[in-house]
Amino acid sequence: MGLPASSDVLAQGVPNPWFSTLYLQQGRSELLRALEQHVTITVLAVLAGLVLSIPLALLARRSAVAETLVIGGAGVIYTIPSLALFALLVPYTAYTATTAVIALALYTLVILVRNAVTGLAQVPADVVEAARGMGLGRARLLLRVELPIALPSIVAGVRVATVSTISLLTVAAYVGTGGFGQLIDQGFRADYRAKIVTACLACVLLALLADALLVALQRLLTPWTRAVK
Amino acid sequence: MPTDLWGWLTYDDPADGVVARLVEHLQYTAGGVFFACLVGLPLGLLLGHLGRGGTLAINISNTGRAIPTLGVVVLFAVSPLGTTLFSLSLALALFALPPVLTNTYVGMREVDREAVEAARGMGMSPGQLFRKVELPLAFPLIAAGVRSAVLQVLATAVLAAAVGGGGLGRFLIDGLGSQDYPQLQAGALLVAGVALVVEVTLALVQRLLDPVGRAAGPSVTEIAATEGP
Repeated sequence: MGLPASSDVLAQGVPNPWFSTLYLQQGRSELLRALEQHVTITVLAVLAGLVLSIPLALLARRSAVAETLVIGGAGVIYTIPSLALFALLVPYTAYTATTAVIALALYTLVILVRNAVTGLAQVPADVVEAARGMGLGRARLLLRVELPIALPSIVAGVRVATVSTISLLTVAAYVGTGGFGQLIDQGFRADYRAKIVTACLACVLLALLADALLVALQRLLTPWTRAVK
Repeated sequence: MPTDLWGWLTYDDPADGVVARLVEHLQYTAGGVFFACLVGLPLGLLLGHLGRGGTLAINISNTGRAIPTLGVVVLFAVSPLGTTLFSLSLALALFALPPVLTNTYVGMREVDREAVEAARGMGMSPGQLFRKVELPLAFPLIAAGVRSAVLQVLATAVLAAAVGGGGLGRFLIDGLGSQDYPQLQAGALLVAGVALVVEVTLALVQRLLDPVGRAAGPSVTEIAATEGP
Protein backbone atom coordinates (compact mmCIF):
# COMPACT_ATOMS: atom_id res chain seq x y z
CA MET A 1 0.00 0.00 0.00
CA GLY A 2 2.44 2.63 -1.20
CA LEU A 3 0.93 6.09 -1.22
CA PRO A 4 2.62 8.05 -4.03
CA ALA A 5 2.72 11.32 -2.15
CA SER A 6 6.18 12.33 -0.98
CA SER A 7 9.35 12.99 -2.90
CA ASP A 8 10.77 9.86 -1.31
CA VAL A 9 8.76 7.69 -3.69
CA LEU A 10 10.86 5.85 -6.17
CA ALA A 11 9.39 5.51 -9.64
CA GLN A 12 8.17 2.12 -10.83
CA GLY A 13 10.99 -0.08 -12.06
CA VAL A 14 13.65 1.86 -10.19
CA PRO A 15 15.52 -0.34 -7.71
CA ASN A 16 14.41 -0.01 -4.10
CA PRO A 17 17.60 -0.93 -2.20
CA TRP A 18 17.59 -1.93 1.46
CA PHE A 19 20.35 0.53 2.17
CA SER A 20 21.50 3.65 0.36
CA THR A 21 24.08 6.30 1.14
CA LEU A 22 21.86 8.72 -0.77
CA TYR A 23 19.28 8.53 2.01
CA LEU A 24 21.99 9.08 4.64
CA GLN A 25 22.78 12.39 2.90
CA GLN A 26 19.24 13.50 2.03
CA GLY A 27 17.72 12.31 5.30
CA ARG A 28 20.41 13.73 7.55
CA SER A 29 18.30 16.49 9.08
CA GLU A 30 15.22 14.29 9.67
CA LEU A 31 17.42 11.57 11.18
CA LEU A 32 18.97 14.09 13.58
CA ARG A 33 15.55 15.46 14.51
CA ALA A 34 14.26 11.93 15.13
CA LEU A 35 17.33 11.19 17.25
CA GLU A 36 16.69 14.29 19.37
CA GLN A 37 13.01 13.36 19.87
CA HIS A 38 13.89 9.76 20.63
CA VAL A 39 16.55 10.66 23.20
CA THR A 40 14.41 13.33 24.90
CA ILE A 41 11.36 11.11 25.39
CA THR A 42 13.45 8.12 26.52
CA VAL A 43 15.33 10.20 29.11
CA LEU A 44 12.11 11.75 30.44
CA ALA A 45 10.30 8.39 30.63
CA VAL A 46 13.14 6.53 32.37
CA LEU A 47 13.76 9.42 34.81
CA ALA A 48 10.04 9.59 35.65
CA GLY A 49 9.97 5.83 36.15
CA LEU A 50 13.07 5.97 38.35
CA VAL A 51 11.67 8.77 40.51
CA LEU A 52 8.42 6.82 40.96
CA SER A 53 10.12 3.47 41.57
CA ILE A 54 12.04 4.39 44.75
CA PRO A 55 9.00 5.38 46.87
CA LEU A 56 7.10 2.39 45.42
CA ALA A 57 9.96 0.08 46.40
CA LEU A 58 10.03 1.57 49.91
CA LEU A 59 6.26 0.97 50.11
CA ALA A 60 6.66 -2.58 48.79
CA ARG A 61 9.18 -3.58 51.45
CA ARG A 62 6.89 -2.58 54.31
CA SER A 63 4.79 -5.76 54.07
CA ALA A 64 4.23 -8.81 51.91
CA VAL A 65 0.77 -7.53 50.93
CA ALA A 66 2.17 -4.17 49.84
CA GLU A 67 4.87 -5.93 47.81
CA THR A 68 2.31 -8.12 46.04
CA LEU A 69 0.12 -5.10 45.26
CA VAL A 70 2.94 -2.87 43.96
CA ILE A 71 4.83 -5.52 41.95
CA GLY A 72 1.59 -7.15 40.77
CA GLY A 73 0.16 -3.78 39.73
CA ALA A 74 3.27 -2.95 37.71
CA GLY A 75 3.02 -6.41 36.14
CA VAL A 76 -0.58 -5.86 35.08
CA ILE A 77 0.32 -2.57 33.37
CA TYR A 78 3.24 -4.31 31.66
CA THR A 79 0.89 -6.93 30.23
CA ILE A 80 -1.04 -4.26 28.30
CA PRO A 81 0.39 -4.00 24.76
CA SER A 82 2.05 -0.63 24.16
CA LEU A 83 -0.23 0.64 21.39
CA ALA A 84 -3.27 -0.11 23.60
CA LEU A 85 -1.78 1.81 26.54
CA PHE A 86 -0.99 4.78 24.29
CA ALA A 87 -4.54 4.61 22.95
CA LEU A 88 -6.04 4.58 26.46
CA LEU A 89 -4.16 7.80 27.27
CA VAL A 90 -4.82 9.67 23.99
CA PRO A 91 -8.32 10.92 24.93
CA TYR A 92 -6.75 12.65 27.98
CA THR A 93 -3.29 13.67 26.81
CA ALA A 94 -3.97 13.91 23.05
CA TYR A 95 -1.39 13.25 20.31
CA THR A 96 1.58 14.58 22.30
CA ALA A 97 4.91 13.41 23.68
CA THR A 98 3.26 13.44 27.13
CA THR A 99 1.24 10.36 26.14
CA ALA A 100 4.41 8.46 25.27
CA VAL A 101 6.30 9.61 28.38
CA ILE A 102 3.50 8.53 30.75
CA ALA A 103 2.97 5.13 29.12
CA LEU A 104 6.67 4.32 28.81
CA ALA A 105 7.37 5.48 32.40
CA LEU A 106 4.63 3.10 33.60
CA TYR A 107 6.24 0.23 31.68
CA THR A 108 9.65 0.85 33.27
CA LEU A 109 8.14 0.33 36.75
CA VAL A 110 7.92 -3.45 36.35
CA ILE A 111 11.71 -3.74 36.14
CA LEU A 112 12.75 -0.65 38.14
CA VAL A 113 10.61 -1.41 41.22
CA ARG A 114 11.64 -5.06 41.25
CA ASN A 115 15.33 -4.20 41.02
CA ALA A 116 15.05 -1.45 43.66
CA VAL A 117 13.34 -3.93 46.04
CA THR A 118 16.04 -6.54 45.34
CA GLY A 119 18.79 -3.95 45.84
CA LEU A 120 17.38 -2.65 49.12
CA ALA A 121 16.95 -6.23 50.39
CA GLN A 122 20.68 -6.78 49.81
CA VAL A 123 21.60 -4.23 52.49
CA PRO A 124 23.01 -6.31 55.40
CA ALA A 125 21.04 -5.97 58.62
CA ASP A 126 24.17 -5.34 60.70
CA VAL A 127 25.13 -2.44 58.42
CA VAL A 128 21.71 -0.86 59.08
CA GLU A 129 22.16 -1.49 62.82
CA ALA A 130 25.61 0.09 62.81
CA ALA A 131 24.32 3.15 60.92
CA ARG A 132 21.44 3.50 63.39
CA GLY A 133 23.88 3.14 66.26
CA MET A 134 25.90 6.00 64.80
CA GLY A 135 22.75 8.09 65.08
CA LEU A 136 21.64 8.25 61.44
CA GLY A 137 17.98 9.18 60.97
CA ARG A 138 15.73 7.34 58.52
CA ALA A 139 16.27 9.78 55.67
CA ARG A 140 20.04 9.82 56.02
CA LEU A 141 20.12 6.05 56.50
CA LEU A 142 18.32 5.71 53.16
CA LEU A 143 20.40 8.28 51.25
CA ARG A 144 23.83 7.55 52.72
CA VAL A 145 23.70 3.81 53.33
CA GLU A 146 20.82 1.89 51.75
CA LEU A 147 20.56 3.52 48.31
CA PRO A 148 24.34 3.39 47.64
CA ILE A 149 24.38 -0.34 48.48
CA ALA A 150 21.31 -0.89 46.29
CA LEU A 151 22.76 1.19 43.43
CA PRO A 152 24.25 -1.62 41.28
CA SER A 153 20.90 -3.41 41.25
CA ILE A 154 19.03 -0.17 40.49
CA VAL A 155 21.39 0.73 37.63
CA ALA A 156 21.02 -2.79 36.21
CA GLY A 157 17.26 -2.12 36.15
CA VAL A 158 17.78 1.27 34.49
CA ARG A 159 19.82 -0.41 31.74
CA VAL A 160 17.07 -2.88 30.87
CA ALA A 161 14.40 -0.18 31.18
CA THR A 162 16.30 2.22 28.89
CA VAL A 163 16.94 -0.34 26.17
CA SER A 164 13.30 -1.51 26.24
CA THR A 165 12.02 2.08 26.19
CA ILE A 166 14.10 3.01 23.14
CA SER A 167 12.67 0.03 21.27
CA LEU A 168 9.05 0.52 22.45
CA LEU A 169 9.09 4.23 21.67
CA THR A 170 9.00 3.45 17.92
CA VAL A 171 5.36 2.38 18.36
CA ALA A 172 4.53 5.80 19.82
CA ALA A 173 4.90 7.21 16.31
CA TYR A 174 1.17 6.49 15.90
CA VAL A 175 0.35 8.98 18.66
CA GLY A 176 2.46 11.62 16.94
CA THR A 177 5.63 11.72 19.05
CA GLY A 178 8.11 11.58 16.20
CA GLY A 179 11.34 9.70 16.76
CA PHE A 180 12.68 6.85 14.66
CA GLY A 181 9.26 5.15 14.62
CA GLN A 182 7.88 8.01 12.56
CA LEU A 183 10.63 7.54 9.95
CA ILE A 184 9.87 3.80 9.86
CA ASP A 185 6.18 4.53 9.28
CA GLN A 186 6.92 7.17 6.63
CA GLY A 187 9.29 4.74 4.92
CA PHE A 188 6.55 2.12 4.90
CA ARG A 189 3.94 4.46 3.42
CA ALA A 190 6.36 5.59 0.71
CA ASP A 191 7.71 2.05 0.15
CA TYR A 192 11.20 3.42 0.76
CA ARG A 193 13.22 0.51 2.16
CA ALA A 194 16.47 2.41 2.79
CA LYS A 195 14.64 4.82 5.10
CA ILE A 196 13.10 1.97 7.11
CA VAL A 197 16.39 0.08 7.46
CA THR A 198 18.35 3.21 8.41
CA ALA A 199 15.80 4.21 11.07
CA CYS A 200 15.79 0.66 12.51
CA LEU A 201 19.60 0.52 12.63
CA ALA A 202 19.76 3.97 14.22
CA CYS A 203 17.31 2.79 16.87
CA VAL A 204 19.33 -0.34 17.68
CA LEU A 205 22.59 1.64 17.76
CA LEU A 206 21.04 4.19 20.10
CA ALA A 207 19.94 1.38 22.45
CA LEU A 208 23.42 -0.20 22.47
CA LEU A 209 25.10 3.19 22.99
CA ALA A 210 22.74 4.07 25.86
CA ASP A 211 23.49 0.70 27.48
CA ALA A 212 27.24 1.25 27.19
CA LEU A 213 26.92 4.75 28.67
CA LEU A 214 24.95 3.40 31.63
CA VAL A 215 27.62 0.75 32.28
CA ALA A 216 30.23 3.52 32.34
CA LEU A 217 28.01 5.62 34.62
CA GLN A 218 27.62 2.73 37.03
CA ARG A 219 31.38 2.28 37.28
CA LEU A 220 31.75 5.99 38.01
CA LEU A 221 29.02 5.99 40.66
CA THR A 222 30.11 2.82 42.46
CA PRO A 223 33.92 2.89 42.53
CA TRP A 224 33.93 0.35 45.40
CA THR A 225 32.52 -2.42 43.18
CA ARG A 226 35.53 -2.15 40.88
CA ALA A 227 38.07 -3.04 43.58
CA VAL A 228 36.16 -6.24 44.43
CA LYS A 229 36.64 -7.61 40.94
CA MET B 1 -20.14 1.87 11.70
CA PRO B 2 -20.75 2.22 15.44
CA THR B 3 -20.52 5.65 17.02
CA ASP B 4 -20.08 4.95 20.74
CA LEU B 5 -17.83 2.83 22.95
CA TRP B 6 -20.40 0.12 23.63
CA GLY B 7 -21.27 -0.04 19.94
CA TRP B 8 -17.61 -0.69 19.07
CA LEU B 9 -17.14 -3.25 21.84
CA THR B 10 -20.08 -5.27 20.48
CA TYR B 11 -19.54 -4.45 16.78
CA ASP B 12 -20.69 -7.50 14.86
CA ASP B 13 -19.62 -7.92 11.23
CA PRO B 14 -18.33 -10.97 9.38
CA ALA B 15 -15.46 -8.97 7.81
CA ASP B 16 -14.33 -6.38 10.35
CA GLY B 17 -16.34 -7.03 13.52
CA VAL B 18 -14.82 -7.73 16.93
CA VAL B 19 -15.00 -11.52 16.55
CA ALA B 20 -13.49 -11.45 13.04
CA ARG B 21 -10.61 -9.25 14.26
CA LEU B 22 -10.06 -11.47 17.30
CA VAL B 23 -9.83 -14.56 15.08
CA GLU B 24 -7.26 -12.80 12.86
CA HIS B 25 -5.32 -11.75 15.95
CA LEU B 26 -5.22 -15.29 17.29
CA GLN B 27 -4.12 -16.57 13.87
CA TYR B 28 -1.13 -14.21 13.86
CA THR B 29 -0.33 -15.25 17.44
CA ALA B 30 -0.57 -18.97 16.68
CA GLY B 31 1.56 -18.54 13.54
CA GLY B 32 4.26 -16.59 15.40
CA VAL B 33 4.43 -19.05 18.31
CA PHE B 34 4.43 -22.01 15.89
CA PHE B 35 7.46 -20.81 13.91
CA ALA B 36 9.31 -19.76 17.08
CA CYS B 37 8.78 -23.23 18.59
CA LEU B 38 9.69 -24.89 15.31
CA VAL B 39 13.16 -23.33 15.51
CA GLY B 40 13.60 -22.57 19.21
CA LEU B 41 12.61 -25.90 20.76
CA PRO B 42 14.90 -28.24 18.75
CA LEU B 43 17.77 -25.74 18.87
CA GLY B 44 17.42 -25.12 22.62
CA LEU B 45 17.09 -28.85 23.35
CA LEU B 46 20.13 -29.67 21.23
CA LEU B 47 22.35 -26.90 22.63
CA GLY B 48 21.18 -27.67 26.16
CA HIS B 49 21.81 -31.41 25.73
CA LEU B 50 25.28 -30.77 24.34
CA GLY B 51 25.94 -28.01 26.87
CA ARG B 52 27.12 -25.64 24.16
CA GLY B 53 26.14 -22.22 22.86
CA GLY B 54 25.01 -20.85 26.21
CA THR B 55 26.28 -17.37 25.46
CA LEU B 56 24.45 -17.49 22.13
CA ALA B 57 21.14 -18.37 23.78
CA ILE B 58 21.49 -15.63 26.40
CA ASN B 59 22.81 -12.99 23.98
CA ILE B 60 19.89 -13.52 21.62
CA SER B 61 17.61 -12.54 24.49
CA ASN B 62 19.57 -9.45 25.43
CA THR B 63 20.05 -8.20 21.88
CA GLY B 64 16.43 -8.96 21.03
CA ARG B 65 15.31 -6.35 23.52
CA ALA B 66 17.09 -3.59 21.57
CA ILE B 67 15.44 -4.42 18.23
CA PRO B 68 12.30 -2.34 17.64
CA THR B 69 9.29 -4.59 17.06
CA LEU B 70 7.67 -2.08 14.71
CA GLY B 71 10.79 -2.02 12.55
CA VAL B 72 10.84 -5.79 12.08
CA VAL B 73 7.12 -5.98 11.25
CA VAL B 74 7.50 -3.16 8.69
CA LEU B 75 10.64 -4.73 7.16
CA PHE B 76 8.77 -8.00 6.58
CA ALA B 77 5.84 -6.07 5.10
CA VAL B 78 8.00 -4.30 2.49
CA SER B 79 9.92 -7.50 1.70
CA PRO B 80 8.76 -9.73 -1.17
CA LEU B 81 6.78 -11.72 1.42
CA GLY B 82 4.35 -8.82 1.83
CA THR B 83 1.66 -8.64 4.51
CA THR B 84 0.45 -12.21 4.31
CA LEU B 85 -0.31 -14.33 7.39
CA PHE B 86 2.90 -16.26 6.66
CA SER B 87 5.05 -13.12 6.49
CA LEU B 88 3.59 -11.57 9.65
CA SER B 89 3.90 -14.89 11.50
CA LEU B 90 7.60 -15.02 10.64
CA ALA B 91 8.11 -11.42 11.82
CA LEU B 92 6.30 -12.16 15.09
CA ALA B 93 8.23 -15.42 15.54
CA LEU B 94 11.45 -13.39 15.86
CA PHE B 95 10.11 -11.91 19.09
CA ALA B 96 8.85 -15.24 20.40
CA LEU B 97 12.16 -16.96 19.70
CA PRO B 98 14.27 -15.49 22.58
CA PRO B 99 12.05 -16.70 25.46
CA VAL B 100 11.56 -20.14 23.84
CA LEU B 101 15.25 -20.63 23.05
CA THR B 102 16.63 -19.24 26.32
CA ASN B 103 14.20 -21.09 28.57
CA THR B 104 14.63 -24.38 26.71
CA TYR B 105 18.41 -24.08 26.87
CA VAL B 106 18.51 -23.10 30.56
CA GLY B 107 15.86 -25.71 31.39
CA MET B 108 18.07 -28.41 29.90
CA ARG B 109 21.21 -27.06 31.61
CA GLU B 110 19.55 -26.82 35.02
CA VAL B 111 18.59 -30.50 35.00
CA ASP B 112 20.17 -31.99 38.14
CA ARG B 113 23.61 -33.27 37.09
CA GLU B 114 23.35 -36.08 39.64
CA ALA B 115 20.16 -37.32 38.01
CA VAL B 116 21.95 -37.33 34.65
CA GLU B 117 24.95 -39.18 36.10
CA ALA B 118 22.68 -41.72 37.80
CA ALA B 119 20.82 -42.34 34.52
CA ARG B 120 24.15 -42.79 32.72
CA GLY B 121 25.27 -45.20 35.45
CA MET B 122 22.10 -47.20 34.93
CA GLY B 123 23.23 -47.66 31.34
CA MET B 124 20.79 -45.33 29.58
CA SER B 125 21.72 -44.42 26.02
CA PRO B 126 21.98 -40.69 25.15
CA GLY B 127 18.53 -40.96 23.51
CA GLN B 128 16.95 -42.54 26.58
CA LEU B 129 18.67 -40.04 28.85
CA PHE B 130 17.22 -37.23 26.77
CA ARG B 131 13.66 -38.61 26.61
CA LYS B 132 13.31 -40.08 30.10
CA VAL B 133 15.38 -37.74 32.28
CA GLU B 134 16.34 -34.41 30.73
CA LEU B 135 13.12 -33.60 28.85
CA PRO B 136 10.69 -34.31 31.75
CA LEU B 137 12.84 -32.35 34.23
CA ALA B 138 13.28 -29.40 31.86
CA PHE B 139 9.60 -29.32 30.86
CA PRO B 140 8.34 -26.74 33.41
CA LEU B 141 10.89 -24.15 32.30
CA ILE B 142 10.25 -24.88 28.62
CA ALA B 143 6.52 -24.38 29.24
CA ALA B 144 7.28 -21.08 30.98
CA GLY B 145 9.26 -19.97 27.92
CA VAL B 146 6.41 -20.82 25.57
CA ARG B 147 4.04 -18.91 27.85
CA SER B 148 6.23 -15.78 27.65
CA ALA B 149 6.40 -16.23 23.89
CA VAL B 150 2.61 -16.38 23.56
CA LEU B 151 2.20 -13.15 25.53
CA GLN B 152 4.96 -11.44 23.60
CA VAL B 153 3.44 -12.36 20.23
CA LEU B 154 -0.10 -11.54 21.35
CA ALA B 155 1.07 -8.02 22.23
CA THR B 156 3.19 -7.52 19.12
CA ALA B 157 0.45 -8.82 16.79
CA VAL B 158 -1.27 -5.46 17.36
CA LEU B 159 1.30 -4.03 14.94
CA ALA B 160 0.02 -6.16 12.05
CA ALA B 161 -2.61 -3.46 11.56
CA ALA B 162 0.13 -0.84 11.19
CA VAL B 163 1.23 -2.49 7.93
CA GLY B 164 -2.25 -3.00 6.54
CA GLY B 165 -2.95 -6.36 8.16
CA GLY B 166 -5.92 -7.28 10.37
CA GLY B 167 -6.25 -8.26 14.00
CA LEU B 168 -7.46 -6.27 17.01
CA GLY B 169 -4.83 -3.60 16.31
CA ARG B 170 -7.06 -2.49 13.40
CA PHE B 171 -9.35 -0.64 15.86
CA LEU B 172 -6.33 1.13 17.38
CA ILE B 173 -4.66 2.15 14.12
CA ASP B 174 -7.96 3.21 12.51
CA GLY B 175 -9.11 4.95 15.69
CA LEU B 176 -5.81 6.85 16.00
CA GLY B 177 -5.81 7.73 12.30
CA SER B 178 -9.32 9.22 12.36
CA GLN B 179 -9.29 10.54 15.96
CA ASP B 180 -12.25 8.25 16.62
CA TYR B 181 -12.00 8.03 20.42
CA PRO B 182 -14.79 5.47 20.99
CA GLN B 183 -13.22 3.09 18.48
CA LEU B 184 -9.78 3.77 19.98
CA GLN B 185 -10.93 3.07 23.54
CA ALA B 186 -12.86 -0.04 22.53
CA GLY B 187 -9.76 -1.33 20.72
CA ALA B 188 -7.53 -0.60 23.72
CA LEU B 189 -9.94 -2.34 26.10
CA LEU B 190 -10.23 -5.37 23.81
CA VAL B 191 -6.46 -5.70 23.31
CA ALA B 192 -5.66 -5.19 27.00
CA GLY B 193 -8.52 -7.52 28.01
CA VAL B 194 -7.38 -10.34 25.72
CA ALA B 195 -3.77 -9.97 26.95
CA LEU B 196 -4.81 -10.13 30.61
CA VAL B 197 -7.20 -13.07 30.07
CA VAL B 198 -4.54 -15.06 28.21
CA GLU B 199 -1.92 -14.19 30.86
CA VAL B 200 -4.14 -15.44 33.70
CA THR B 201 -5.26 -18.55 31.77
CA LEU B 202 -1.68 -19.53 30.92
CA ALA B 203 -0.56 -18.93 34.51
CA LEU B 204 -3.28 -21.35 35.68
CA VAL B 205 -2.37 -23.93 33.02
CA GLN B 206 1.28 -23.67 34.01
CA ARG B 207 0.39 -24.22 37.64
CA LEU B 208 -1.57 -27.35 36.67
CA LEU B 209 1.36 -28.67 34.62
CA ASP B 210 3.92 -27.80 37.27
CA PRO B 211 2.29 -28.14 40.69
CA VAL B 212 5.61 -28.17 42.56
CA GLY B 213 6.52 -24.74 41.19
CA ARG B 214 9.92 -25.67 39.87
CA ALA B 215 9.66 -23.05 37.14
CA ALA B 216 8.98 -20.39 39.78
CA GLY B 217 12.71 -20.16 40.47
CA PRO B 218 14.19 -16.68 40.41
CA SER B 219 16.35 -16.70 37.32
CA VAL B 220 14.96 -17.79 34.01
CA THR B 221 11.27 -16.97 34.05
CA GLU B 222 12.22 -13.47 35.14
CA ILE B 223 14.62 -13.06 32.24
CA ALA B 224 11.94 -14.18 29.85
CA ALA B 225 9.34 -11.96 31.47
CA THR B 226 11.33 -8.80 30.77
CA GLU B 227 11.16 -9.07 27.01
CA GLY B 228 8.90 -6.06 26.55
CA PRO B 229 5.23 -5.54 25.75
